[in-house]
Amino acid sequence: MIELSGVSKTYDGISVLSPVDLEIPIGKTTVLIGPSGCGKSTLLRLMIGLIRPDSGVVRFEGMDLTPENATQLRRKMGYVIQDGGLFPHLTAHDNVTIMARQLGWDAGRIASRLVELGDLTRFPVDGLGRYPTQLSGGQRQRVSLMRALMLEPDVVLLDEPLGALDPMIRSDLQAELRDIFRSLKKTVVMVTHDLGEAGFLGDSIVLLREGRIVQQGTISDLIHHPAEPFVTQFINAQRSLLTALGDANS
Amino acid sequence: MIARGILTIVILMLLDAPTGAAEEAVPKVTIGSKSFTESVILGELAAHLTNDAGAHAVHRRQLGGTRVLFNALEAGELDVYPEYSGTIAREILASLNVNSEAEIRAALAARGIVMSRSLGFSNTYAIGMREELAETLKIRKISDLRQHPELALGFSSEFMDREDGWPRLRDRYQLPQRDVRGLDHDLAYRALQRGAIQATDLYSTDAEIRAYKLRVLQDDLGCFPAYDAVWLYRADLPKRAPRAVAALTRLEGHISTPVMIAMNARARLDGVSEDRAAAEFLGRTLAIKTVLKSDGMIQRLARHAGEHLALVAISLTTAIVVALPLGILAANWPRLGQVILAVMGMIQTIPSLALLVFMIPVLGIGSPPAIVALFLYSLLPIVRNTTTGLRDIPSSLRESAEALGLSRWARLRLVELPLASRSILAGIKTAAVIDVGTATLGALIGAGGFGQPILTGIRLADMRLILLEGALPAALLALIVQAVFELAERFLVPRGLRLRSQR
Repeated sequence: MIELSGVSKTYDGISVLSPVDLEIPIGKTTVLIGPSGCGKSTLLRLMIGLIRPDSGVVRFEGMDLTPENATQLRRKMGYVIQDGGLFPHLTAHDNVTIMARQLGWDAGRIASRLVELGDLTRFPVDGLGRYPTQLSGGQRQRVSLMRALMLEPDVVLLDEPLGALDPMIRSDLQAELRDIFRSLKKTVVMVTHDLGEAGFLGDSIVLLREGRIVQQGTISDLIHHPAEPFVTQFINAQRSLLTALGDANS
Repeated sequence: MIARGILTIVILMLLDAPTGAAEEAVPKVTIGSKSFTESVILGELAAHLTNDAGAHAVHRRQLGGTRVLFNALEAGELDVYPEYSGTIAREILASLNVNSEAEIRAALAARGIVMSRSLGFSNTYAIGMREELAETLKIRKISDLRQHPELALGFSSEFMDREDGWPRLRDRYQLPQRDVRGLDHDLAYRALQRGAIQATDLYSTDAEIRAYKLRVLQDDLGCFPAYDAVWLYRADLPKRAPRAVAALTRLEGHISTPVMIAMNARARLDGVSEDRAAAEFLGRTLAIKTVLKSDGMIQRLARHAGEHLALVAISLTTAIVVALPLGILAANWPRLGQVILAVMGMIQTIPSLALLVFMIPVLGIGSPPAIVALFLYSLLPIVRNTTTGLRDIPSSLRESAEALGLSRWARLRLVELPLASRSILAGIKTAAVIDVGTATLGALIGAGGFGQPILTGIRLADMRLILLEGALPAALLALIVQAVFELAERFLVPRGLRLRSQR
């Protein structure tokens, strides 16, 4: 689905990504995780072409991602960021449908898609007339997800989508997100710094440190077969959450 | 440059539209005058004479100074205006060092301009005393002052300082007076009345000469340079409007100094319009009957408001059309943006009168140069606020728009410009209010507007005219413009953004 080979990125002479090879499997949820500054967000932004790699190639569905085709290819990707990235001057409705209207979808098609998405994300239809400032943080993320899913993208990229929410809402939304991902069977790439969230949502976890991939595998791979001592260190640092997750699973 | 060229053409087309086929039959003669009463009266005289000679006279009254008028005459924007021989030699042709009349005529001819013979009076420095006192002391000439060393003299500070003022007068006539002081011109007249001083400097055709019953002493040793009033007209005018030129030259030698003083006094002291003062003279001396049309205050206000609004509206609209794209360019290419803003900043530092004068050779006088100047001054606030507004958009929103797959144009139109709308509108509002204020200077080059009554008021020392017909309506207009834009904000700034500001 998405393939990065030999991709590196440097900002102001500081390397944020050493040459990285990564393949995002189709129909699965891949979580990019690691401490701050490890390059996980950079990796995600490279995938949607918001930044260009200094070296290497990003491939989407077998095609090289270039500045020329980026606008076209992005329409097959959904993107959600931490605070939602909703346009404050547009209502929730207009935020969700802006691209569809640009593409000339007719009103009927837009309306029926909105109903589908409202059901999926459990966002009330009568809330669509509100502006982002009139919505709660959780509602904003639901609208942001609706916007990302509007064009029925092949892949959804999420950059710390729940990062700005308080813990209660966050845990509700984690469960909802998992249901949504499962029901859609879409390819999902998500960035988080929370290992519990990563284990809960991710089929595959990519742990990064200082611009390189330390280990890629399932949560149990990371716990039981750490590739290097850092993996265990990182896991232990977030142990309490994992314990809670273990209790819930047993 | 191209934009400015197109702009110029559009403006010229807009403004020159109502000239028709009648032009062939009735020659149009454009007359200029300087921003002081005597010049305006002479301009009115020229207008009446030209109309009487079957031509269509257009009088561009009280333009802002010798340079403006002479440049406009050279550029063909004016056909004729009253000037003084001393000004021609010492100011206009100063760099050529011309002395004799023949040299002056030759230098003017090289510029396609003809100088008439003297109209009969000279407006130069003079020394005045109260008529009664002068009679008692038997003083007629300046050299007579030598016999009265006890007299106290009071001169304007300008006259005291100028090399061709008091120092030269004292040396030339060997004046013995010890009690010589500098004081304000208005105070000098009053001091003369009270007897605190016995003689002062004045211009030889000042209206005050009549008001204070002064005697102008004869400059028997020729201390002061001659400032003979003459017409300056374009060499092609006699071909285009021969009868008008004949009528103008008919005035040569007909206006004596007392006659000019009387006309000045009618306008400055009796509150008669220059138009009427000129008409009275023509009726008396040349038996020319003239039709006077005078506007009431409401009509004048309406006309000035219309002119003022037109200046602001045209310049602001074109500025928005040009500045918005420039601001967008500057926001997206920071290095280009620095250049754009530096150029805009430089334009802003050019003094408005200088900018207006620079443009006369290209755009002439009247509205076009004023509109272009206002246009240029409006650019900076709009460009700067557009750039700032666009740059201040959080990168998360910018990237969200990009990640959605919106094209560059759609991002600009649907996301970036609406998000920057408040800042852009604030820039336009600033430009509009500055425009309304600066447009008053347009009157200096004949663009009309509320600057016109301000200039007239300054000229006639009429504070009521300045305030009631110029400054206050201009201030009111600025407030109205501001209110209109605040109202516009409700329609142009998206509701979602106004919600945020309420929190």
